[in-house]
Amino acid sequence: MTPHSKSRIDEGARGLSSEKRLHELMQTVIRLGKAAGAEETEVHLDETLDALTRFANNGIHQNVAEHGLTVSVRTFLDRKTARVTTNKLDEDSLRAAVESSLSLAQSQPKVPYLLPMPAKQRYQRVQRFVKSTAELSAAERARAVRKACDLAVKEGQVAAGIFVSGQMQSAVGNSRGLFATYRQTRAEFSITMQQEAATSWAKGNAADVRNLDPQVLAQRASKKARLATSAGELPPEKYTVILEPAAVLDLVGFLFYDFAATAVDDKRSCLNDRMGKQLFGENISICDDAYHPGQLGAPFDGEGIPRQRVLLVDKGVPRNLVYSRSSAKRAGKKPTGHGFALPNEYGEAPMNLVFSGGKSSLEEMIASTDRGLLVTRLWYIREVDPYEKVMTGMTRDGLFLVEKGKVTSAARNFRFNQSVLEMLRNVELMSPAVRATGEEAFEMVVPAMKINGFQFTEVTKF
Amino acid sequence: MYDLATHALDTARVRGASYADARVMHLRQRDLTTKNGEVGTLAQSESIGIGVRVLASGAWGFASTDRLTKEGVVTCAAEAVKIAKASALAKRSDVIMAPEDAYVDSWQSPFRKDPFEIPLETQLELLLKADAEMRRVKGVTLTETDLQFRKIDSWFASSIGSRIHQRKVISGCGIVATCYQGEEIQKRSYPNSFGGQYALRGYELVEEMDLVKHAPRVAEEAVALHSAAQCPRKNGTLILSGSQLGLQIHESVGHPIELDRVLGQEANFAGTSFLTLDKLNKLKYGTDIVNVVADARLEHGQGLGTFAYDDEGVPAQCTDIIKDGQFRGYLSNRETAHLVGLARSSGTMRTESWNRLPIIRMTNISLLPGTWKENDLIADTEDGILMDTNRSWSIDDRRYQFQFSTEIAWEIKGGKKVRILKNPSYSGITTEFWNSCDAICSRDYWTLWGTPNCGKGQPMQTMGTGHGASPARFRNVRIGTAFGEK
Repeated sequence: MTPHSKSRIDEGARGLSSEKRLHELMQTVIRLGKAAGAEETEVHLDETLDALTRFANNGIHQNVAEHGLTVSVRTFLDRKTARVTTNKLDEDSLRAAVESSLSLAQSQPKVPYLLPMPAKQRYQRVQRFVKSTAELSAAERARAVRKACDLAVKEGQVAAGIFVSGQMQSAVGNSRGLFATYRQTRAEFSITMQQEAATSWAKGNAADVRNLDPQVLAQRASKKARLATSAGELPPEKYTVILEPAAVLDLVGFLFYDFAATAVDDKRSCLNDRMGKQLFGENISICDDAYHPGQLGAPFDGEGIPRQRVLLVDKGVPRNLVYSRSSAKRAGKKPTGHGFALPNEYGEAPMNLVFSGGKSSLEEMIASTDRGLLVTRLWYIREVDPYEKVMTGMTRDGLFLVEKGKVTSAARNFRFNQSVLEMLRNVELMSPAVRATGEEAFEMVVPAMKINGFQFTEVTKF
Repeated sequence: MYDLATHALDTARVRGASYADARVMHLRQRDLTTKNGEVGTLAQSESIGIGVRVLASGAWGFASTDRLTKEGVVTCAAEAVKIAKASALAKRSDVIMAPEDAYVDSWQSPFRKDPFEIPLETQLELLLKADAEMRRVKGVTLTETDLQFRKIDSWFASSIGSRIHQRKVISGCGIVATCYQGEEIQKRSYPNSFGGQYALRGYELVEEMDLVKHAPRVAEEAVALHSAAQCPRKNGTLILSGSQLGLQIHESVGHPIELDRVLGQEANFAGTSFLTLDKLNKLKYGTDIVNVVADARLEHGQGLGTFAYDDEGVPAQCTDIIKDGQFRGYLSNRETAHLVGLARSSGTMRTESWNRLPIIRMTNISLLPGTWKENDLIADTEDGILMDTNRSWSIDDRRYQFQFSTEIAWEIKGGKKVRILKNPSYSGITTEFWNSCDAICSRDYWTLWGTPNCGKGQPMQTMGTGHGASPARFRNVRIGTAFGEK
């Protein structure tokens, strides 16, 4: 999809393989598949070049880099299929992988609904590879970390976090002529600032490291850590909450696997018997859009089908599911390009979520709140009730009491037990949606939300 | 493989490293699943590569590669040194490592049946049969089964002269029946939830679990939960099954004792710990009957935390964590041991793969057995709730406040299990909870449970840990908060 100018050999140890190299590798595996007797062969190639600098107690304590390329082969024979993955790239090892895949496939009964592999597809172009990110050095990361740590020392605080830079590429192809490649870069800076018993946190993530300012994030976390000291204990009960985008992201992330057609088929989705009904507030609209400027990720799915933009929720009503080829055929629909690599039992899921958002600023949400809580982020979120989508978890790294339109003090962290469905019926205000990153769910484009009646059930010791 | 590792160590030394170790690892995995009577996942994978860790200019660097040629390994080691020197630009102090002897050894975990030698047809037939047994029960809407096998070879070499090869064989299996009815989804799992039981064993584990025999009961219980009474909301007596207690140990003892977490090294992601250094040998963690060890030795059992040497070349050990209710020890490595006055690492450095840095991880963190027979424990309970099989788990980032829910519970009245309860949950504060333990069942009921999915570190690493536990009783526990009075 994106121009590849040099091969791995040309660039030495620190560059991705060229598209030509990927294509050659793929053709080798497809040829071996044919020779071994496979009716069809699919190949996935995934290459990663990542580096991560980790700091704590105001200094770097871990600093790592990795490089790996894997080949994953799926053969198809007599309505049977299986996958074998290896990172041994010599021809004998690839032949062994192909033969193992065939052997695995033949060990099972026929799968009547298994589809032949798709033919060549057309893809919308995306550009998410940024040279300045790919070229970021360990020394440059260390210098940025040093500055953040110096700020912590100056403020009497303790900093911990990561600075990541990396590049990856993936390709999928098959013996029917399908061939798709994608490459992207990623830079990420996350920082926790501790002051006495209080902590706060900020994190950013972008394809282009120039869009990431570690010092701004460090300053934000530092300022909030100072505000978070002397936290008082409040009674656990229902509160109006203002969730910052990272808190929204980590909580709603658990909802979207239920938008898989296979999950609904399996009756493990909270959308069973609820499609087309007013499940959320009318101010909630959500789509899955791999082409949104705030998104990263390949424009094709695990079978190489182009990702479609899908309107999942329209004014509070769940309207559409996402489909792999297989679930689409069962439902009489068209695949939406959201399938996982086969074989699998989960089917598909939307992975590029975009909320429509609102127009309020965080400051306006605070100003409009008579009594409530401002939540920086959430932690250790787990599903308590799969149909009502009740999630439990803790607040973390900055919980603040809002009174009469102003942040007045810090509060001790709460445990919540809250239905996400109910929560999205009680959204009073939203900010414009932004690309957000958290720890419990994948990145999304989400707003900050002011929500009424959010259920906290217990309080912890800090 | 040692030749490649030696090239890495030589390169690191020449480039200025004061210490280096290298791990060549070869990982093989097979995954089989079924869903509703059909094969779901059918996959195998292997991965081989080298990770090189160096200490240069007083700071750490790590690099890894799958290019297992002399040139690839030399480049990798040189990069590790370059990274270490970059780390030194923002180091807090020079790394000090506790002394350790050099070892030359080869070790293989014991198993009777190599799972990779068992025909796939046999393995699939077992899963499909268990799946069919669950589907025979009316009302079941989703049936799932799984098998997972791993074979991990590692060749460790260090600049102090260690050369250690270890081979570990891991097996896991489980079944799940789900029932969607009305406006509720209920499920039951066996032998445990989230993948089942895992151990450092061969295919004999799968045979012993007898998935087919348990399949009808699991399915019947999933359906029966829909007509069961709601678990009440109250403070009361709680008995936990061994598998649930295993996860309770994992979250409220295993994680807080990780010394890297205590020292703030995980503050940005996994969190810190309430077990600050001043609490060692002073905190009353639990009642006098609570004894917890971290034991990686084979004689403790074939758990996911069993090995001969950790990934820093330190031999497996048994460390007292809680002794007669008192907090006695942390999980440490060569870098942190001196900070708690230890002359030697407790041997808990573990890595997920060749491309990950070893970090402090749980080994087998086990509650030692007590004296009670399970029937006597129930008979001795006038009014209580017995909870089994984890459904959700969550704890704050300093490991004080937790909440667990389980798949099923039984109400106990007058010393007898009288009825099933649905949607059970309990919550509390770690030390208050362990100080409410008044009975632990004996070794006859003790199982070394495997937790295959423990996440920690940046980049994230998934590690298997072991937790020996037998059923135990806790008084005055907060019950039923998660679901309220549904």
